[in-house]
Amino acid sequence: MTGLVLAILTAVFFPGVITRVKSIASGRKGPGILQPWRNVFVLLRKGSVISATTSFVFRIAPVIYLATIIVAILILPFPGRQSWLGFEGDFVFFAYLLALGKFLFIIGAMDTGSSFEGMGANREALYSMLVEPAFFILFGTLGMLTGHTSMQEIFEYFRMSDYNSVIIGIIAVYLLVQIAMVENSRVPVDDPKTHLELTMIHEVMVLDHSGFDLALIHIGTALKFAMYGTLIANCLIPVSWPVAGQFTLYFAIQLLFAAAIGFMESFRARKKLMKNPQYILTLSSIALMAFVLCLLLINQMIR
Amino acid sequence: MDSIFLITIIVASFLILLVPGRIRYFYALLVSLFIVALTSIPAIAVFCSPSLSPVSFSAGLPQYSLTFTIDALSAFFILITNLVSLAGMLYSRGYLQPYVTQKSRFELSLHYFCFVWLHLSMLAVLMLRDGLPFLVAWELMAVSSFMLVLFEGEKRITLKTAVTYLIQMHVGFFLLVTAFLICGTSTGIMSFDALKIYFADHRNFGLFLLFFAGFGIKAGFMPMHTWLPGAHPAAPSHVSGVMSGVMIKMGIYGIVRVLMYIQSDVYAIGVFILVISAISGVMGVMMAIVQHDLKKLLAYHSIENIGIIGMGIGLGTMGLGVHNPMLVVLGFGGGLLHVLNHSLFKSLLFFSAGSVYKRFHTRNIEDLGGIIHQMPKTATFFLIGSVAICGLPPLNGFISEILIYAGLFRGLSAGGFNQSIALLLAIIALALIGGLAIFCFTKAFSVVFLGSPRKIHPEVKEVDGGMLFPQAILALLIIAIGLFPVVFVIPVTHILSTLFPLSYPDLSPITGMLTKISLLSFILIAVVLVLFYVRYLVQKKRIIQQGPTWGCGYTAVDARQQYTGSSYAGVINELADPLLHSHTDYQPIAEEEVFPSSRKFETHPVDVFGKGLNVITDFLMLILKKLARLQTGYIQHYILYAFVYILIIFVLLYLKLL
Repeated sequence: MTGLVLAILTAVFFPGVITRVKSIASGRKGPGILQPWRNVFVLLRKGSVISATTSFVFRIAPVIYLATIIVAILILPFPGRQSWLGFEGDFVFFAYLLALGKFLFIIGAMDTGSSFEGMGANREALYSMLVEPAFFILFGTLGMLTGHTSMQEIFEYFRMSDYNSVIIGIIAVYLLVQIAMVENSRVPVDDPKTHLELTMIHEVMVLDHSGFDLALIHIGTALKFAMYGTLIANCLIPVSWPVAGQFTLYFAIQLLFAAAIGFMESFRARKKLMKNPQYILTLSSIALMAFVLCLLLINQMIR
Repeated sequence: MDSIFLITIIVASFLILLVPGRIRYFYALLVSLFIVALTSIPAIAVFCSPSLSPVSFSAGLPQYSLTFTIDALSAFFILITNLVSLAGMLYSRGYLQPYVTQKSRFELSLHYFCFVWLHLSMLAVLMLRDGLPFLVAWELMAVSSFMLVLFEGEKRITLKTAVTYLIQMHVGFFLLVTAFLICGTSTGIMSFDALKIYFADHRNFGLFLLFFAGFGIKAGFMPMHTWLPGAHPAAPSHVSGVMSGVMIKMGIYGIVRVLMYIQSDVYAIGVFILVISAISGVMGVMMAIVQHDLKKLLAYHSIENIGIIGMGIGLGTMGLGVHNPMLVVLGFGGGLLHVLNHSLFKSLLFFSAGSVYKRFHTRNIEDLGGIIHQMPKTATFFLIGSVAICGLPPLNGFISEILIYAGLFRGLSAGGFNQSIALLLAIIALALIGGLAIFCFTKAFSVVFLGSPRKIHPEVKEVDGGMLFPQAILALLIIAIGLFPVVFVIPVTHILSTLFPLSYPDLSPITGMLTKISLLSFILIAVVLVLFYVRYLVQKKRIIQQGPTWGCGYTAVDARQQYTGSSYAGVINELADPLLHSHTDYQPIAEEEVFPSSRKFETHPVDVFGKGLNVITDFLMLILKKLARLQTGYIQHYILYAFVYILIIFVLLYLKLL
């Protein structure tokens, strides 16, 4: 529960910080931190135009998409708190729950019969399929290092900082940042700043959504960032710290994460679409390297 | 008493051929209900008895009686078989309606007769333990399903696939006969129970491999699957539902049955099954993605799911090898539960695909689109089946997959180097299968049901209630297993205690996990409902308009510009080209062509293992062709052959070599 409240708080400033950092990096003043949320509130109050081609699938997709993200955040542990919803293999549930949201989101986009949205949906399906192994290898590695299979326990033991977890931790944080970028279709996989047809994945899938439904999707995207930020924070916050310190560090990490995304998007080019699968598969191979490293480290410990 | 029942069933089933056309269906349904009642009662009784002790009875003619045994494993499979066969029977009435005028009375009677006999023979396979009766039942199963596939035998392609099917089933049958004979010659008894004696003092791997190949052809493990993508689409949909839902599971049943008696090489066998299954899973789903034929796509998905089941079984066997009871429970438990789950959602998918075929007379997904507006109920059932087969929460596919995942992750940190590597590869395979399945079913569902129609079809109506009813039952069970997994998983894990002599582990981690999953599923549903309510409240006061799909400024939007199945699958085709070999027919536009003429673009998926068993037959054909030169057609030559033969015999006799 703490995790959800904190994630919602983070989501309030997250998209704003990214936009602001990007504006400053490009020499502009930029909109206020809360501007994205003002936009969302405007959308919430608007009516909507729904394509006549669509069916009920189009209407239920945004709601389920947001719901899966909310429940996924509920499972996440927060440092120092007992997550009462954690269980053995909860990260599998976490990943598959997000996949359910994506499934609905993809068929929602396909429901419009638009070729643009078809392209976006197709790429979303491909990239989330390609990134899935990286996530599972990473958690396999963490599980093997700590000997546990629930996120709560994995992170608890993981933060008992010895050298092994520092080494694996660096790779884990790197991978989580990259996975978050792919899952949210940001640079280098896709650039959401470009408009409509030029954006290749996420934004092109929401061309036909309007009003309340579009607002739900924007909220979902912001929450998704906060969710990955919480995962990263889980790798980093030491258990031994006092509660106030943990909370401060949590927000500092989220802020840093948002700023880092802003900077990366400012100074990094979008990859060619054709090269994206290779790039995403690289993440899996980095995760594999972490796994092999972990095998070596553990064997060393036994000897 | 039991003999009377057996003879009654057999006589009653033959009467299907004689009853008049009007009551034929109801009579067949009655016979099938009778069979279901007769076998389900003892099966449920086995499950209800505290120690799950097997029930045994003999039946048949006085001097020639058969022993039927129902233990927990058989009981589990019997219940699944009865459920799916009955659902198929209910569905068949509406599906076969158009054929009543096209087919002769006898053909339809024969079809129902074979359908009942497929059901009967599967039950017999599950209950017979002696080698010879088991093999006879196995053969009956192959023959009756062959007759069912042949229903539309006037189509050349159907005839061809049916014959291929029959031949491949007999290759499997031959392997099983050999395996039983090996066991029989060394122990003197030809039965499953004699395997225990055989395995005690022989190497286990060899004979197991023979059994695995024999049963694997039926189950459709990857190099031996070539009959499956042909036979499933060729058969009528209720038959494909039963074949894919339960008949291929008889192979799984056989493998688990043999594994019960394995005593050495256990770990190696486990790794072997795991690797074969991982390959089947990944390749199966990739092949599924590139298909255009809806039922062929589903058929390849059966291979994928057999792969998932096999991964569970392989993991469990590895657990037996390293004496880790928790791995055994998670692996076999997940695998067996997936048998149940797959039979539910796969038959549901085949039934709803059948409804589409019935209304639109095509299985080519590129000709369909936008059906959801005409057939909303069928679309909903297909959607439920799709979400379930992708293993997504809160439906049943997820439950069995997370059991296997939990086992894999547990084994990862519990074993040595080899085990870690093998299990990590299995985890990658399972994660890939999950992602690819989502890719495949977003394609299948959205190309068939969503968007606008790609071809003009006459206005169609939703199929009638008789066809929707069995689908509703299956869908309800899918949801029930997803929401209340503990109720279903615990009985399945109890089966294992009767199969393997192991110290039964504490199940509290599993029940804890499953309780949390059902709690979270309910939370998910609650959140969805709350959001819907908020959406309803907010949108009540707003203006909701209908408009055309936003074409990004382009005004001449056409239904043909939509994403098709081929374009959706195109990326996978490109990425996995060495594995898929899709054959493309397209002539690119040349530079000097200022006004290009009309063009055609076709892709034809090619199965890399498609040659499969053909490799052997091709080789044989090559040799036989060379031998055929002897057959010249001149009578003089044949007389010469006879003369040479006699001469050789004479010489050999003279040299005292004979």
